[in-house]
Amino acid sequence: MRNRNEYTYDVLVIGGGPAGIAAACAAAPHARVAIVDENPALGGQIWRNSFPARQSHPSGPWHNRLQQTQATRLHGLRVFDAPAFNTLHAEAPDGLHILRYNKLILATGARERFLPFPGWTLRNVIGAGGLQAMVKSGLPVAGKRIVVAGSGPLLLAVAAFLKSHGAQVVAVCEQAPPRQLAHFATSIVAYPSKISQAVQYRTQLAAVPYRIGWWPVTAHGKSQVESVTLTNGARRLTLDCDFLACGFHLVPNTELPALLGCSLHNGFVAVDSLQQASVPNVFCAGEITGIGGLDKSLIEGSIAGYASTGQNSPARKLFAKRNKALGFAAAMERAFAPRPELRRLPAPQTTVCRCEDVAHELLQQHDSWRSAKLHTRCGMGPCQGRVCGAATEFLYGWPGESIRPPILPVRFDTLAEAEKPTAQH
Amino acid sequence: MPDAITITVNGAPVQVPSGVTVAVALTLLNEPCRTSVTGQPRGPLCAMGICYECRVTIDRISNRLACQTLCVPGMEVSTHA
Amino acid sequence: MSSNCDAIVLGAGIVGAACAMELAHAGMSVTVVEPGVIGGGATAAGMGHIVVMDDSPAQLAFTHYSQQLWHVLAPQLPPAAEYETPGTIWVAADEVEMQEVARKQSIYVTRGLPVRVLDSHALLHEEPHLRPGLAGGLLVSSDAVLYPPVAADYLLQQALSSGASLIRQAALQAGEGKACLANGDILSSPRIINALGAAAPSLAPGLPVHPRKGHLVITDRAPGFVRHQLVELGYVRSAGSGTADSVAFNVQPRKTGQVLIGSSRQYNAHDKSVDHQILQRMMQQTRRYMPGIDKLSVLRTWTGFRAATPDKLPLIGPHPADPTLFLATGHEGLGITTALATGKLIRHILTGSGSEIPVEPYLPARAFHPTTETAHA
Repeated sequence: MRNRNEYTYDVLVIGGGPAGIAAACAAAPHARVAIVDENPALGGQIWRNSFPARQSHPSGPWHNRLQQTQATRLHGLRVFDAPAFNTLHAEAPDGLHILRYNKLILATGARERFLPFPGWTLRNVIGAGGLQAMVKSGLPVAGKRIVVAGSGPLLLAVAAFLKSHGAQVVAVCEQAPPRQLAHFATSIVAYPSKISQAVQYRTQLAAVPYRIGWWPVTAHGKSQVESVTLTNGARRLTLDCDFLACGFHLVPNTELPALLGCSLHNGFVAVDSLQQASVPNVFCAGEITGIGGLDKSLIEGSIAGYASTGQNSPARKLFAKRNKALGFAAAMERAFAPRPELRRLPAPQTTVCRCEDVAHELLQQHDSWRSAKLHTRCGMGPCQGRVCGAATEFLYGWPGESIRPPILPVRFDTLAEAEKPTAQH
Repeated sequence: MPDAITITVNGAPVQVPSGVTVAVALTLLNEPCRTSVTGQPRGPLCAMGICYECRVTIDRISNRLACQTLCVPGMEVSTHA
Repeated sequence: MSSNCDAIVLGAGIVGAACAMELAHAGMSVTVVEPGVIGGGATAAGMGHIVVMDDSPAQLAFTHYSQQLWHVLAPQLPPAAEYETPGTIWVAADEVEMQEVARKQSIYVTRGLPVRVLDSHALLHEEPHLRPGLAGGLLVSSDAVLYPPVAADYLLQQALSSGASLIRQAALQAGEGKACLANGDILSSPRIINALGAAAPSLAPGLPVHPRKGHLVITDRAPGFVRHQLVELGYVRSAGSGTADSVAFNVQPRKTGQVLIGSSRQYNAHDKSVDHQILQRMMQQTRRYMPGIDKLSVLRTWTGFRAATPDKLPLIGPHPADPTLFLATGHEGLGITTALATGKLIRHILTGSGSEIPVEPYLPARAFHPTTETAHA
């Protein structure tokens, strides 16, 4: 029999990125707090392998602050169900973990939006954030030729990061039209820190072409990528590469809030001014309430942490800063909206659902996500539609479906033992 | 290789840098993580526990995510489901 | 808008699709009314086990006849229908259940079904992941498995290519020769077939059909882990119980290599969300028979509603209170198995074509009490 672990906390924080860390820091002086993450260490995507970090790193002060609290850190736990009142179930390699709480703070972050194009299933075609995560996890890229493509501010950050690790960044291609991006550039005048960050990236990437209004159309290679063809709609360009780092901005990880019954609005969790969701005792912070980056996550996490422990006064002091961060998030959403041409990227035989290898031409015969799922197996594999769902929503306009447990694949015995076995003959 | 550890991949002992994830180790070895249902070799896509493209069998437990698992000495990794 | 046709079929689950196909093949002009995904209700929720059952002589005749129809149709089904004949093993846990194996064998043999009694050793040989120490089982090698939504869609396409039409609307009312649709259209026909499964009473008040909720679990691919559909003989007790919630060991190998795991039965459960307690009971029961399943990865769980009748037989034929209304519902857990036979019986009843089995045991009149009839006449 594998382990069965049970815990109860006043405040349970799900997600160990900046929003979750800020929430734990704010709540911990006033409550028994635990912070839960799937990964071997805290930090989320942006602070992966830099938590703890040298003091000069932006995560440094937050690490020190968390260190000074009594907050429990639970690593390597994947939450898969919310089977009973104020209870979550998570799986770790050692078995089931039962997590009970009075207040829950969800900071489950975002994932990259992947859009299918011919060749996107070749090895070494990887998310932009994905390649960054791999490098942070020990992958050397010195001397590797890398094309960074897709959309969003992450592209420049990743390109600068890769270059600092010795990669030869061949080009950075942003699909957003130049006009749309120029508008964004003007609008971020109100956010001096964003400008200095952008300038810093551009300086680091001085010799790297930054092509605005270009997007990938085909990745070439036998089993792994060897080159990529890009277009701006008028011209085409083929670049040799060892990696294609490609993601089309971010989509929120709303599976757990949806399972708990939290109302969503435009795909994000709807929250009130204290970050409280529509379900009592549940607070949400960071990318799941709107893609806004580090500042928004830290501010919202802090507000949620304070509010969850009744510290409404310090929470309110952050409202003005949050409003500014929300303004930036809204500008970003407009700037990096995927262009309609991307709907024409997949060829008839291009795989859209990578778990079940379902082709675009099969999906085009359906008029809803449910119809496609039932008749083609699209979205029925282990990722449960986390990758293809965002693509099919964009390509075909299909809204997602209601969510059922388990929200992640889980071992049979973990799910079977999740409740205390009832008296048996 | 500094700080190398030995793991086995599909039965063969290999040296990988210590502290790397299984997904990184397989990429360094130029080894696909899995074969798709129509027979295509696949490697990591999201590298953050979402896409399940990197799932492998580790120490005889199937469907482990290579991107969220650190290599430890003696670990047995199989990319054949 | 108003239009006429020879027959209206309400519902494009597998039963409605089979009825539409048969009537279209008989030359009738048929209109199928279905607002949702084809085969998206109980059809999609079920296991797709095409099984001969012998709770009663009428059930045996019906399931056997329909299974033969599936065998004939099988070569024409698209590959995505995943039709296979892995056979069923009725698993006997102890010597008492072995007596049930002997009884079942004697009945199946008289119908010419290919059966083989397995002792404890032979059972483990057939299914190495079963727990050692089970008494044995009965292998019925003609039982089949398919993927129901694709099969339902195939049957519907057959109907459409024989001239039937499909209207993507919900029907709000049906009877007295008219079906009123959600968009305000009215369809007229002297024959309206209610094939709405557990939802059938919504358009035929007083119908003795009640939803019986079931749960299923599916794993990731594990080819060869299970080779036959495995059903505990205790299942008969479970499925036969008229009131209590019950679970039974019932697992199926899918063509993909996935393992589909049932089964549960609940009355008075109308919420389609997953009920953790019954799910756990069902999974615990599965582990008792098949401990090795623990290490498989579960991808999804879901629920569905079977259309149950008091006597465990479907309602096929005229509604006693409305000569324009016909029923094709109440199949409980055997809707996939008996869809094709249901289509044949509906065709026989509506067109007078010959029938290979007697229709009487399935006629709805038996299930309507006189008081119910007058109340809705």
